Amino acid sequence: MLIKRKTGGPGRTFHPAVAIGDTPRAIDRRAFLRNSGLVAGGLAAAGSIQLGSVRKAQAAGSSAIGPDVTIKKNICTHCSVGCTVTAEVVNGVWVGQEPSFSSPINRGTHCAKGAAIRELVSSDRRLKYPMKMVDGQWTRISWDQAIDEIGDKITGLRDKYGPDSVYWLGSAKFTNEAAYIFRKFGAFWGTNSVDHQARICHSTTVAGVANTWGYGAQTNSYNDIRNAKTMIILGGNPAEAHPVSLQHLLSGKEINRANMIVIDPRFTRTAAHATEYVRIRSGTDIPVVWGILWHIFQNGWEDKEFISQRVYAMDDVRKEVAKWNPEEVERVSGVPGEQLRRVAETFAKEKPATLIWCMGATQHTVGTANVRALCILCLATGNVGKPGTGANIFRGHTNVQGATDMGLDVTSLPLYYGLVEGAWKHWARVWDVEYDWLQSRFDEVPAKAGRKARTRKESMESPGITSTRWFDGVNLPEEQVDQRTGIKAMMVFGHGGNTVTRLPEAVKGLAKLDLLVVADPHPTTFAALDARRDNTYLLPICTSLEMDGSRTASNRSLQWGEQIVKPAFESKNDYEVVYRLAAKLGLADKMFKNIKVVNGVPEAEDILREINRGGWSTGYCGQSPERLKAHMRNQVKFDLVTLRAPKDDPEVGGDYYGLPWPCWGKPELKHPGTHILYNTNLHIKEGGGTFRARFGTERNGVTLLAEDSFAKGSELTDGYPEFTMAVFKKLGWDKDLTADEMASITKIGGANIDAVSWATDLSGGIQRVCLDRGVTPYGNGKARANAWNLPDPVPVHREPIYTPRPDLVAKYPTRPDERQLRMPNIGFSVQKAAVDRGIAKDFPIILTSGRLVEYEGGGEETRSNPWLAELQQDMFVEINTGDAADRGIKDGQFVWVSGPENNAKAKVKALVTDRVGKGVAFMPFHFSGWYQGDDMRKFYPHGTDPVVLGESSNNTTTYGFDPVTGMQETKCTLCQIRAV
Amino acid sequence: MARMKFLCDADRCIECNACVTACKNEHEVPWGINRRRVVTLNDGKPGERSVSMACMHCTDAPCAAVCPVNCFYTTADAVVLHSKDICIGCGYCFYACPFGAPQYPKVGNFGSRGKMDKCTYCAGGPESDFSTIEYEKYGSNRLAEGKLPLCAEMCSTKALLAGDGEMIAQIYKQRVIKRGYGSGAWGWKTAYRETVAI
Repeated sequence: MLIKRKTGGPGRTFHPAVAIGDTPRAIDRRAFLRNSGLVAGGLAAAGSIQLGSVRKAQAAGSSAIGPDVTIKKNICTHCSVGCTVTAEVVNGVWVGQEPSFSSPINRGTHCAKGAAIRELVSSDRRLKYPMKMVDGQWTRISWDQAIDEIGDKITGLRDKYGPDSVYWLGSAKFTNEAAYIFRKFGAFWGTNSVDHQARICHSTTVAGVANTWGYGAQTNSYNDIRNAKTMIILGGNPAEAHPVSLQHLLSGKEINRANMIVIDPRFTRTAAHATEYVRIRSGTDIPVVWGILWHIFQNGWEDKEFISQRVYAMDDVRKEVAKWNPEEVERVSGVPGEQLRRVAETFAKEKPATLIWCMGATQHTVGTANVRALCILCLATGNVGKPGTGANIFRGHTNVQGATDMGLDVTSLPLYYGLVEGAWKHWARVWDVEYDWLQSRFDEVPAKAGRKARTRKESMESPGITSTRWFDGVNLPEEQVDQRTGIKAMMVFGHGGNTVTRLPEAVKGLAKLDLLVVADPHPTTFAALDARRDNTYLLPICTSLEMDGSRTASNRSLQWGEQIVKPAFESKNDYEVVYRLAAKLGLADKMFKNIKVVNGVPEAEDILREINRGGWSTGYCGQSPERLKAHMRNQVKFDLVTLRAPKDDPEVGGDYYGLPWPCWGKPELKHPGTHILYNTNLHIKEGGGTFRARFGTERNGVTLLAEDSFAKGSELTDGYPEFTMAVFKKLGWDKDLTADEMASITKIGGANIDAVSWATDLSGGIQRVCLDRGVTPYGNGKARANAWNLPDPVPVHREPIYTPRPDLVAKYPTRPDERQLRMPNIGFSVQKAAVDRGIAKDFPIILTSGRLVEYEGGGEETRSNPWLAELQQDMFVEINTGDAADRGIKDGQFVWVSGPENNAKAKVKALVTDRVGKGVAFMPFHFSGWYQGDDMRKFYPHGTDPVVLGESSNNTTTYGFDPVTGMQETKCTLCQIRAV
Repeated sequence: MARMKFLCDADRCIECNACVTACKNEHEVPWGINRRRVVTLNDGKPGERSVSMACMHCTDAPCAAVCPVNCFYTTADAVVLHSKDICIGCGYCFYACPFGAPQYPKVGNFGSRGKMDKCTYCAGGPESDFSTIEYEKYGSNRLAEGKLPLCAEMCSTKALLAGDGEMIAQIYKQRVIKRGYGSGAWGWKTAYRETVAI
C-alpha cells in the first residue's frame, strides 16, 4: 500500500485491474491557475504541476460524461448577485454543473443554493400539470381547460366588479421580458394593482433613494466594493443572503485592510467576519445613523465641498441630528456613544467608504425614512459617485431589480415613468395602441365613504393596492377600500404566500376570494393553507433556467440567460402563459402587435427590443439582445474590479459587464453602460453622470441644480435641468438633430413639441446629442437631504408599532392614521392600543426575522430540494441564553412563539444562542406548511409537498406599514416564548 | 508530481454550505451521506469561525492503517481512495479518522452499516476512469478530466482551496501577507496559543 508521496509512475497503485489508459498529461497551466483561485492572488511563482491521473475525458470509452455534451449558460434564480450557472446538457438532460470561471461576478463560485440549482429542473416535487380544486380535492386538468375556465371567470368578475377586483401579483423570479409583458398585461386589463416581491423587500429603498438622488438602485456594484477602505453593513447579512458577494467584500477587506463594520441587532455570520460589530435595538436605525452624523458634524468631518456643490438642504438635517447627542442615542438604541464616535470617524475619514444595506433597513414602518438617512450619511461624507463608495443596496431575488424596473409596481408603468398622463401616452406610443382605448379599460369608481367619485382617467393614474395589503383588500368593509369593490380574485405568478405579515388574516382573505390562481413551479403556501374548497387553480410554470431571457442583477447589469433544458413535465414559461391568457381575453393581437410569436410563444429577444424602444428614462434603451449575448460569450474579458472590457475588443470593447443601466441611446451608439452612478470623474460616454435633476430647478429661491460640479468633458460647466426640446432650442442644440429624429420628435410632440424630453423622444436623438456634448440627459441636479414631498422630509425616529419601549412612544410616536394606496393605515391607533394595553409586558421579546443561506424567499422551491433541505430540517427560533434560562427552555426543544395579534402562535424548535441579545428572538422566514402547530402536508397536491415544512414566521408577525410604499414591518414586533 | 490537498481558509469561510451541495450535485450523494460538511466553532459568539471538512487525504492515513481488509490505497496524486468491493463496513476507519470523514449508508452495529463512502477528491475509485460502474460507486472523476474537486471550485468566497499542496500553500501565504493578521487557519490558535485580534 502506498502511503508516501510518489514522484512519477503510473496513476494507480492499488487495483491491478485498473486500466492505465493514455500517458498522463499535464493540464493547461492557465486553466489550473484559474481553477485554484491563483489568478486573484497574483502569484508569480507557480510552476506547472503534473497530475498522475489526468486524461482527456473523451479518451475513455463508456464515459459518464460523453463527448456530446453541450454547455449552456444561464443565471442563478436565487439571489440578486447574478451568478452565472454553467450547465452540461446531454440529450436534453441537465447532467452536470461546472464552475463559471469566466463570469466576473461569481468567478466560478456559488453558495449552497447555486451549487444545488440543477435539482430544480428535475425535481420530482414540481407541480407537474395544471390542477383545479374540486370540492376540496385537487384534480388534474388540461392547459386548455385551465386557461378557458380562468379566462371566463376573470372576465365575469371584471364585468360584475370592475377590473380592479382582480389582483395581479407578479414575480421577482420573472425574466425582464416576462415582468414587462406581465405589467403590460395589467395595463391592458385595466388595473394598476400589479405588484411583486419588491414591495416586501426593497420598495422603501426604491422610493427613498430615488427621492434622494434620482434612481432607486444600488449605486455601485458588488465588484466595486473591492475598492472600499471602509464598509458599513447595516441591516444586512450578506454572508447568508448574498454569499457570493462576500467574496468581493472579504477580498476587499484583505487587500485594502478595510474596516468592515456590521450594525445589526443580531450577531450575524457576516458580523463574525467584521472588524467591528455594533449591536442595536431593532427599529432604531435612524437614531443610530443620526448618532453617527452627530459626531461627524460635531467634529467637522463632513465633506463640505461635496455638500455645497451637490447636496440640497443639508442644514435641515443638521437641525434634526443636533437632537441626537450620544446620551439620547444610547437611551433609545442602546449603542454607546464612544463606539459610534469610532464608527463615525472611520466612515468619514477612511475613504472611500460604502454603506451596504438590506432588508434590516427597509422592512420597517419607517423604511423609506431609514434608507433616506443612510443616503444622507453617504452624502454628508462625500461617499457617492466614486469607486469604493456609494449606497450598495443588495437587492433580494435574482431579478427583483429588473422586475422593479419593468414596473411590477402599483405606482408606475415600466421604467419609472409613473402613472401620469404623459407616462400612459408614452407607453401607448411604444405599444402602438390608442391612449383612449387604454383609458377605456379602467374602472369608473362611484363616490363612497365621503370620497369623491373617480373617472376612468383618474383610476388610470391612481396607484393600486400593495401586495402587503391584498387580504385587507378582501377582508375590509368595501367602503374602506378605495375602488369599486374589494379584491375578488388573486392571480399569483411566482410568489410565495407566506411572505406577507399577519398570515392568519391572509388565510381569512384566501377563504373569501372568488378565485385563486397560482402559477408557479411549486404549489406554494397559497395552495396549501386549507382555506378553500373550489375555484382554485394551479398552473405549472417552468423556472427561468428553462427559458430564454435577461435578468438584471442588483448592480444593474443585465445578463442574458439561455434555456438550459425544455420546461419539465407539462410546465410552460411565463411568456406563453401570459400570451394564452391574453389570447383568451382577446387582447393578444394588440398586446403582441410588434412582438414575434413563434408557435404560441412570444420571443424573448423581441420583447427586449420593445423594452429598448421605450426604456429611455432609465437607460434600458441600449441593451439589445445581441449586445447582451455578446457579453455572455465574452465574459472572461471583463475586469474583476472595474467590470470593463478592454477598448480594443471587437465585440464588447469598452463596455461594462452587462451594460449596467443607464445605458444611453440606441444600441448602435454603443454606450458602455454605467458601472458607478453619478460619477462626475468620467465622461458620460465612459459611464459618467451627475445627480438627477428630477425635482425642478429651484425651491423657495434656493437652487436645486448642482453648483460648480459637472461630469468630465461636459459642455455645460454648472448645474442644468433635464433636457427637453425647449432646453435644446434655447441652447441651439436642436440643430444637431437629424431630419429623421426631428420628424419623430415632431410626431410625438404634436402641438407642443417643446415638451418632448430625453425620456419620451423615441428617436433617441435628444440622448444622442446629450452624449456628444457630454451632458447627462436627466440633468445635473443636487441630491436632496430634504425631500419635501415625503411624509417625513427629513427622517425622524418613530418607535415601532409594537415597541418594547412604550416609554418612548410619547416622544417618538408613529405617524398618524392616514389613507395610503387605496387603504387605511391605522398604525397610530394600533400603536396606541398596544401601549394602553401594556402589550410589552405580556410580549416582552422583540421578534425579528431574516434569511438562511440554504433557503430563499418563501422557500417552497428550496425546501423541495433535498440537497438543501437536508441542511436545515427544522424551523427554529433563536432565543437568547438568558431568556431561555428564565423560561426553562432547552436547546432543540419545541416552543410556542406567540404574537400579540390574532392569538397567533407558532410551534418551532428553540435554538438557544447569544447570537441574539437579551430580549430578542429571531426566526427565519422561509418556512411554511405548518400552521399554528398543525402539519399541513396533506393539503398539498399529491407529490408536490416540499421535503421540509415548518411554521411560517409570518404566523406571528403584526400590523405596520411604511407610509410611502406600504412596506410591511417584519423586523420589529413583539412575542412571547414558552416551552411546549 | 503533485500532492493534492484541501485547505480551508477560516477567515474566508462563511458557512454557506456551497461545498456541501456542490458535492451532492456532482456525485448525486444520497440524503444522509455527507462527504463534506461545514463545522462552526463558537457559533453566535465573537470569534465564530467555520471550516469546511471532508476527508483530508492524509499522507499517513489512519483509516488505511486500521482497515482490516486493506481496502484503502493512495494514488500517485496522494489522494486516499478505497474499494467498495473490498470494504466490509466494519466502521474501524470511522473511529480512526480524526475528521469524521467516513460515512455509512445504514445505521447499525458492527458489520451492518453497508459499504463505507467518503470524499474521493473527485477522483472516482479503482474502476476504470469514467466508467459507469465507477460513477455509481464513487461519483464522478473530475481529477481525471483535469479538473479539481467541485466543492473547492465552487466555494463562494474561495475559502476552500484544493490543488497541489505547495500551490495552495502559496495562495494561502499570499493572503496572510496581504491581510496582515494571523493565519486564520483552522487550529492555528489551538496549536500556537496565539490570540489574534482582527
